[in-house]
Order: sequence, then C-alpha cells, then structure tokens
Amino acid sequence: MALLEVDNIHTYYGNIHALKGISIIVDKGEIVTLVGANGAGKSTTLNTICGILKPRHGEIRLNGESLNALKPHEIVAKGISQAPEGRRIFSRLTVMENLEMGAYTRSDRHGIAQDLERVFSIFPRLKERARQVGGTLSGGEQQMLAIARALMARPRVLLLDEPSMGLAPILVQEIFSIIREINQQGTTILLVEQNVNMALQIAQRGYVLETGRVVLHGSAKELRENPQVRVAYLGETQPQAR
Amino acid sequence: MNLFAIVRVGIRSGLIVGIVAVFIVLIGMVQTFAKRYLTGDLTLSMVILLAFGLAAGALAARQVTKSSPHLGHKVLAAGISGLITGVMLAALLFVISQVSLRDVLVNATPEMVTALSLGLPLSSAALTLVGMTVATAVIAVLYGLAPPRLRRALLEGLMAVILVGLFWEAIIGLDVSRLVMKFLGVKAGKVLPLPGAIGLLVVVGLATYLLRARPHLNTTPTRPKSSSAWRYISLVLIAGALAALPFAVGLFWSQTLTTIGLFTLMGLGLNIVVGMAGLLDLGYVAFYAIGAYALALFSSPASSLGLGLPFWVALPIALIFAAISGILLGIPVLRLRGDYLAIVTLGFGEIIRVLALSDVLKPYIGGPQGIMETPPPYFFGIQLSDPRYLYYLILAACLVVVFISLRLNDSRIGRAWIAVREDEDVAQAMGINLVAAKLMAFAIGASFAGVGGAIFAARQGAIFPMDFTLFVSINVLCLIIIGGMGSIPGVITGAFFLIGLPEVLREVDEYRILAYGAGLVIMMLVRPEGLLPSARRRLELHETEAEEGVAYGTR
Repeated sequence: MALLEVDNIHTYYGNIHALKGISIIVDKGEIVTLVGANGAGKSTTLNTICGILKPRHGEIRLNGESLNALKPHEIVAKGISQAPEGRRIFSRLTVMENLEMGAYTRSDRHGIAQDLERVFSIFPRLKERARQVGGTLSGGEQQMLAIARALMARPRVLLLDEPSMGLAPILVQEIFSIIREINQQGTTILLVEQNVNMALQIAQRGYVLETGRVVLHGSAKELRENPQVRVAYLGETQPQAR
Repeated sequence: MNLFAIVRVGIRSGLIVGIVAVFIVLIGMVQTFAKRYLTGDLTLSMVILLAFGLAAGALAARQVTKSSPHLGHKVLAAGISGLITGVMLAALLFVISQVSLRDVLVNATPEMVTALSLGLPLSSAALTLVGMTVATAVIAVLYGLAPPRLRRALLEGLMAVILVGLFWEAIIGLDVSRLVMKFLGVKAGKVLPLPGAIGLLVVVGLATYLLRARPHLNTTPTRPKSSSAWRYISLVLIAGALAALPFAVGLFWSQTLTTIGLFTLMGLGLNIVVGMAGLLDLGYVAFYAIGAYALALFSSPASSLGLGLPFWVALPIALIFAAISGILLGIPVLRLRGDYLAIVTLGFGEIIRVLALSDVLKPYIGGPQGIMETPPPYFFGIQLSDPRYLYYLILAACLVVVFISLRLNDSRIGRAWIAVREDEDVAQAMGINLVAAKLMAFAIGASFAGVGGAIFAARQGAIFPMDFTLFVSINVLCLIIIGGMGSIPGVITGAFFLIGLPEVLREVDEYRILAYGAGLVIMMLVRPEGLLPSARRRLELHETEAEEGVAYGTR
C-alpha cells in the first residue's frame, strides 16, 4: 500500500472545475514531483491534500486511512505538512518562534528538541539567525525557514510548493540539494515545481498536470526523455533533436 | 540652499501652523481655557498661543535642517514662519472683533476676542500676538540647538510644571495633600504659585539632567538584574500603594479610579481579541452591555425577572452570558477578515444597543428606561457602594484579568493567536484549529467585558441603553492603541491617559473626540507601537530599521 494515495479527486472553486480526476501515488521514501504550467492544478492538488480545499469526488488516503472528513489542522496532526507557495513565513516572528510554530501539533518536548537540532544541522544558517525576525531573512533563507518549519511537524509526507520560486539560480541549486538530503534522511516528499528540469533531476517519479488532469506520469528518467515534456517544459525547440 | 527656498519654507510652515491655529481658536479651545490658570497669571490659553509660535518655528527649522546647517537660515525661516502664524492670528482677532460671525461660527464670541487679545486693546494686542509668535518661533530654533541632554531636562521640567499646574486643584484636593498641608500649617491657593512652578522646573530639570547620563532616546538603559528579594519588596510596596490608594486620594479620585478600572478590564479583554488574535472588533461595547443587562436582569428586584439575586450569583451569570454572546458573534464572522470583520462587529455593537432601546424588548429590559435598582455588591456584609470600597472589587477583578492575560500570553492558545494574527492560512497549515482559536478569543474577550459591564451596572445602580454607545467601543480601542497593542502595562497606561485625564480635566471633555483623533494621528506618526509597547510589537514596527541594520551585511 502506498503511503499517500490521491484517488481520482475532483475539486471545484465555486463552479469552476479545477481538478478533473487527479490520481497520484506517493510511496514511502520517495520524492514525487508534480509539474505543469500555471493553472494546471498543482497547488490546488496540494491544497486539497492538506484539507484547505475539499474534493467533491474522490478520496485522499494516508496509509490507507481516508483524510476526506478531516479538518486541515487534523491532517497536519496525521503527518502531512507543507511549506506553502511563496514561503509565507511568519515575518514578524523570530526564526526560532517560526520553528516552534511548526511543531504546534506536537507535545513531545524531547522529540521537538531533537528535530530542532536536526533542522539546524540541515540549515546551519538558520541557527545563526535563530533570534532574528523572519522578515529580515533573504529570500533563500526564508525558503529554508519555510521548509524547516514544515519539517518541525515531523511529517510523514512533506509537501513543498514551488520552493524555487523567485530565487537566484545558485540558491535554487542549494535548495534542491537540501531537499534531496532531507529525502535521504528518510522524509517522503511531494514536490510541486515549475522548474521542471530541476524537479525531474531530484525526483524518482513525476506527474505532468495540464488543466486539471494528469496527462503523463512515469519515472523521472522517462519524463526527462519524453519528447512532449522536452518541448513543453524543458525548452527544446525540435521534438526529435537529440 | 538659497534665500528664496528658505523664505518659501518659512511661508509654507507659517501657513500650515497658522491654519491649524486659526482652526483651534475658532473651535473655541483658547477661550475655554482662559479661566484655567497654569501658574501665577499664566493661563492655559496663553500656553496654547505660545505653543503656536513654537510649532511654527520648529516646523520651519526642521525643514531647513534637512538641507542647510546654517543657524541664520533656520532663524530666518522660523522667524518668517512665526510672523505668518502671528499675522494670521492677528487678522482673525481683527475680523472677529469687527464683524459678528456668530451665526456661522458659534464660538466667535466676545470671550474669544478677550482671550485672543489677552485683555489688551486691539491694536497693541495684534502687535503683541505677532511679536510673541515670532519670538517663540525663534526660541524653538534655539531650543533645537541645545545639546540633547539639556533639551531633555528642559522638556521634562516643563512637562512637570504643566502637569502639576493643570492638576493643581485636584492635587491639593487629595486627602493626603490636605493632611500634609495641615501638618505644615500652610494653605494652598487655587493656582500653582509662580515661585513654586520655577522651583519645580529647576528641580525636575536638574534631576533629569544629572540622572540621565545617557540622554539618547533609543538606547534603553540596561537595567541591573534585580534580585528576587528586591522584586518581592517592590511587589509588596506596589500592593501596599494600590491598597492605600482610595483612602489617600479621596472620594472623587476613587470614583475616577473605578472608571479607569472598568475601562482597563475592557481594554484587557479587547486586547486579547485585537492585540493577541488580531481580530478587529469594533462592536466590543455589545459584550459590556450584555454583561450589564444580564447582571441587572438577575439581580434587580425591579427587573422583569424580578429575582433579585445577590451580586455574587449574578456576576458569573453575566460572565457566561457575555462569553456565549462572544461565541455567537464569533460563529458567523469566522470567515471574515480585516475590514469586513470590523464592519460586521461594528454592526453587532449597534444592534445590541438598538435592541436594548427597542419597544419589542421593552417589557423585558425596559427600553429607554433601562433597568433600575441594580443592587450594589456586598462583601461579608459590607455594602460596596462607596467608590472607595468598590475600587477594591474592581482592582481585584483587574488583577485576576491581568493574571489570566499573562498566562494566556504564554500559553498554547496564546501562541495559536499569534499565528492567526500573523497569517491565518499558514496558521491552519501549522495544525492550528482556526475555529477554536478564534472563538476562544471572542469568548474570553467578551467575558472580560461582561464582568466589566456587570460591575458597572452594580456601581451605577441603574442602566440605560445610552450607557452603551459606539463611543465606548472607540474609547476602548483607542486606549489599547495609545497604550500599545498587545501589551498589558500598555492597556493600563492607556486607560489612565484616555479615561483618567478627561475625568480630571473637565474642560477638555468638549474636545475629547478631537483630542482622540489628534492623539491617534500623532501616535501613529511619532510612536506607532504605543506608549508602553510589548517587545514583539516594537520589533514588528521597527522591522525596517532592523532590516537595514542586519540584512545588508549578510545577503
């Protein structure tokens, strides 16, 4: 059984049919990426998984247990946490307070302290800035803080929404290598990205979304080599060129 | 900076201050204060006139300082600015003394002429006004040149004189002062004597000068870590002072203190809703009203229920009613944010007042006649109707509420409120139950107001819908903004300033709303975090400075 199963979900914004039957499977220990253009439904899918949006049809299961009836905060407690799009850190709280907020659902002091240490070892720069107000961090540091904050919930599945957004290429590299490192330490990751090239490099499997449907899925390698993907997302001009 | 530019700055500042001055004179502020003596023969209206000149000079000098360091330039600009302000005032004096404008400007009475001309004949009065504003404008420039330490000393000395002068009558009316004067065998006049004022200025000024070795405003003096013994001693001292207060200050001040206490209760409640959880509630008076009406209904033998329950039984009922109404208001507005929430809560406050006034509910809660005969609370057989006794009840309620607020601030729910205030969506993504957090804030905030309302009803002996106007909500909101949002000492300070001052300075009452408006604008410009802000709020509002300091070196 897969860790996270998204089974044929249909989500609406009012009357707008945003997700038209999306099915995704994330196995334990994987990085799975959702790629696609603006408006394809990537963030909608994530928000539906988090419970912020409710699907009209279909089911989302974590370890076989349905999440449909749960409220967003209950889903966090079940083990799904996200680093939202656009970072959305608490800019007026300190780095430390941001991280503590991430562990809001937990009450195991010992485990929280352990995770704090782990997070600081992954992001040493956050440790240097622990007493600093979030808003004074640079864009890259804020993204790190957003990821670290989500990790503090000790999630079974970590959802990352466009971690590369608005970052300089060198920082994108850094963030992606950190994402890989987090995964290697055992966290399952569902990654939403517009930077298809980078996403397909670190993910094991991927889904390509277009206008609310999954149009392609397969291993990252297959997708990287798929001519359609190469033209639509990897900036290649001639489909057959090699 | 060329001469032309300096003259222009002078004219512009003169016009700005002149317009403000004419406005203040025309709304009758100067003549209202003509009978209020500050010290010797100096009236408050003269002080206001002098302040116009100072403002004209300071405004001009500040603008010149940006581009020119020359003293001459500043004096020139300030002089022109003061001249124009003075001329405008003199022209106003001339017009109102010759033409009757009373049909339109009701305050343009002969008293205004007298107050403005300082009792002099017209022509010399005009000259005096102009000369005075020019002179004070130049003085403002010189003051700006003084070293900061001296400036601060002067300022604090003057503040002390103004405060003591304004409250002279109240101060000598205190029971303690009477005792002291009796002991010394002196009699105090109605006005602070001039030598006394000068002495006060010198003493306070010198003390400030000597004690504040570091006059820099931004560096907070590092307080030596006080030992726990010291803390206990100071706590005991404060407790003693609070306990002795009503009998030291007498009946009138005790009454004022109870009012301040009631507003502190409400302020602390609203502080939870607005300051901690960030939910802007403009209809907060509704919960105050519900608390008051609930107490009156259950405790007054004259109410429709006619139960006549004792205060201590009715108080928890009032608290529960208020908390439930907080939740009932909270449910429909859960999804609203910011402006929309403010408007809906504003409406809720009015609905409660209109309901209380309505004919439909008249058989139950009395309509415009309200509910009479709410009995005073008893405490082991002592009737707490004297404000000096009632003070202790309110003090106890305030202490309990302060304690609860402090504990909430550090609690899990307090943390959730901070997250909700900062970013609702992300708070939810952190696993915070938004519904529970918001309803909790509304319920706790409402129950504090309910307790305040209940005590208010018991103090008044009768309640009317007119006691619960929108102005109460605005008052409470203003006091937490001015005191410092999210800060408990700030709320108490705000209550003293906004509720205590107007009670003592009766003349100001007419200009209360104007003063609030001006006060809020000035606070937002000069000290947006409030008088006694919480550390976090200070951090939030001075974020940009911190950013400049830190971020450049690190990016």
